[in-house]
Amino acid sequence: MYKYDEYDHQMVATRVEEFRDQVRRRISGELTEDQFKPLRLQNGLYLQLHAYMLRVAIPYGTLSGAQMHLLGDIADKYDRGYGHFTTRQNIQYNWIKLDQTPDALAELATVEMHAIQTSGNCIRNISSDQFAGAAADEIVDPRPYAELLRQWSSFHPEFLVLPRKFKICVIASETDRAAMRLHDIGIKIVRNDAGELGAQFYAGGGMGRTPMIAPMIRDFVPLDQLITFSEACLRVYNRYGRRDNKYKARIKILVHELGRDEYVRQVEEEFAHLLTQPIEPPLAELERIRAHFTDPAFDPSAPDDLDLSDPDFRLWVERNTTAHKQPGYVIATISLKPIGGIPGDASADQIRLMAQLGRDYSFDELRVTHAQNIVLPHVRKADLHTVWQALDGAGLATPNLDMVGDIIACPGLDYCSLANARSIPLAQKISQRFASPEKQAEIGELKVKISGCINACGHHHAGHIGILGVDKKGLENYQLSFGGSEGADTSLARITGPGFTEDGVVDAVEKATQVYLANKQGEERFLDTYRRIGMDPFKEAIYG
Amino acid sequence: MKILTGNDLKSGAVVWWTGVGWSLDVNDSADVGDHGAAIIAREEGAQNVFAAYVVDGARTDEGVRPSHIKERIRALGPTVRPDLTLKPSDPEAVNWVI
Ligand code: SF4
Repeated sequence: MYKYDEYDHQMVATRVEEFRDQVRRRISGELTEDQFKPLRLQNGLYLQLHAYMLRVAIPYGTLSGAQMHLLGDIADKYDRGYGHFTTRQNIQYNWIKLDQTPDALAELATVEMHAIQTSGNCIRNISSDQFAGAAADEIVDPRPYAELLRQWSSFHPEFLVLPRKFKICVIASETDRAAMRLHDIGIKIVRNDAGELGAQFYAGGGMGRTPMIAPMIRDFVPLDQLITFSEACLRVYNRYGRRDNKYKARIKILVHELGRDEYVRQVEEEFAHLLTQPIEPPLAELERIRAHFTDPAFDPSAPDDLDLSDPDFRLWVERNTTAHKQPGYVIATISLKPIGGIPGDASADQIRLMAQLGRDYSFDELRVTHAQNIVLPHVRKADLHTVWQALDGAGLATPNLDMVGDIIACPGLDYCSLANARSIPLAQKISQRFASPEKQAEIGELKVKISGCINACGHHHAGHIGILGVDKKGLENYQLSFGGSEGADTSLARITGPGFTEDGVVDAVEKATQVYLANKQGEERFLDTYRRIGMDPFKEAIYG
Repeated sequence: MKILTGNDLKSGAVVWWTGVGWSLDVNDSADVGDHGAAIIAREEGAQNVFAAYVVDGARTDEGVRPSHIKERIRALGPTVRPDLTLKPSDPEAVNWVI
């Protein structure tokens, strides 16, 4: 894992003290809320529906045991005993007090964490593949490149006041587990025909009110030009992004309005200019960062077999573990979606338990996924039963990864001041409706994603089944859509028709699964069947 | 009726104007009529609250209820965590929100 150097430590410590002084001046009345609001937002402190909310960055979703443990302690000490893991691989605390925020940030700094650039029109936390460094199918660990981009984008003076927020994702495998093409810039690390590593760039993707899949804008950028090319992409956006209209200010609108080819032409022109300016960090810096992401000391003789005689353990292994690149190890995903639970929420005790398991059984590493789950990336198969037992004892062993119960849901109207409708109760009802393991097994992979408003934090555009909460004359109403995917086969979901009440949408989801099961061929997933037979049979069942 | 809400500066807690001060309980809300803007200017100026605004509400048999669901959820707390609402011992409390 990356370790802060003295500059990183100094930057974060200075920022904490600066914010402490700003909070002091706010409380004493020297600063008005209008003056203070941009300052608190720069430090991840929002005002939400019930209280202040603190969003803490988890760079590319990677955490050490000590970091995870402290997230649990912060939940106890400064919040109400729990935290919410988000679709941006971050964590949010819902009940933070203003006068205690500087102390919470100072504690976070002791484990090299902060809340900087988790808000505002700047480059946000870089996201990545939650299986990075462990996946059997990756060509290289994408995190060193994500870290390089993190360092470049942190406090980058030119990009602190962009037209709108800006999200970058880095992956390095064919299987896209991070919704890469639904980011403002998506980067896929690839090898060219000569066997050299480079970066494939996609630009102009995103969800929100105008969802777009990012087109490829460059198939290969040499690694010693990664930052320069990124800078060119951002410069063109910063120069021409629509600052006049908040709803048209994301880069996706610029790429769409200019057209991909014209955007590419301008980026290439800027890139050519920037190549004459020495802005690229030396490759030695990338090598320095890469040294932090070497493989842990895997045991080459770790046994590769598993005793699956316990049926509950077997089910969990089948559902929640993924092949590891190292024989004798697996990637274990901890579902934060117990039946009827709140997606992404974990109590302080659960957070600390996961931290302990990460420390003891996963080379001190954990990951947060964009699907609001937690990953233990490097578990010895020989330890897996012990890990499962500990998880089971803490209500963390729900065997439902990528199944209908593994629902992404944004905080919605229960917490979010921008929401139109509640997301969480709907997720709970769907999860309860499909609680039976047999039913879930019969349906197989089905990704349900719920957003409480058009901002789409719940990724509903990318759901096999997507649900959007809307306000219909003061009443909660839900728009249903089918056919989205955030994988390598990225697609945007299509709206079925008129919206539903909360109970109505749960019934509609059930009917859709019945249409799928009646029409499924072979090993088809819900998404495959939908793509083959189209919307009509589903519409007929739902509205007929 | 018109009721006035905002957030407590230090805790961020949702508060309601009672006519003389601020309360955590929406039932204590006073009808501010046309005076909302003036009260906001005075109270925000004195740093007593921030992000204050006027919402529609009604006095019912059960107490004062904001008209819009968003404000009712603000008044009670998250409907999915009854233990964290202002009435943690009343499992029925969520019902008046919806
Ligand atoms: S999608 Fe809307 S309701 Fe949900 S968290 Fe985002 S802004 Fe809030």
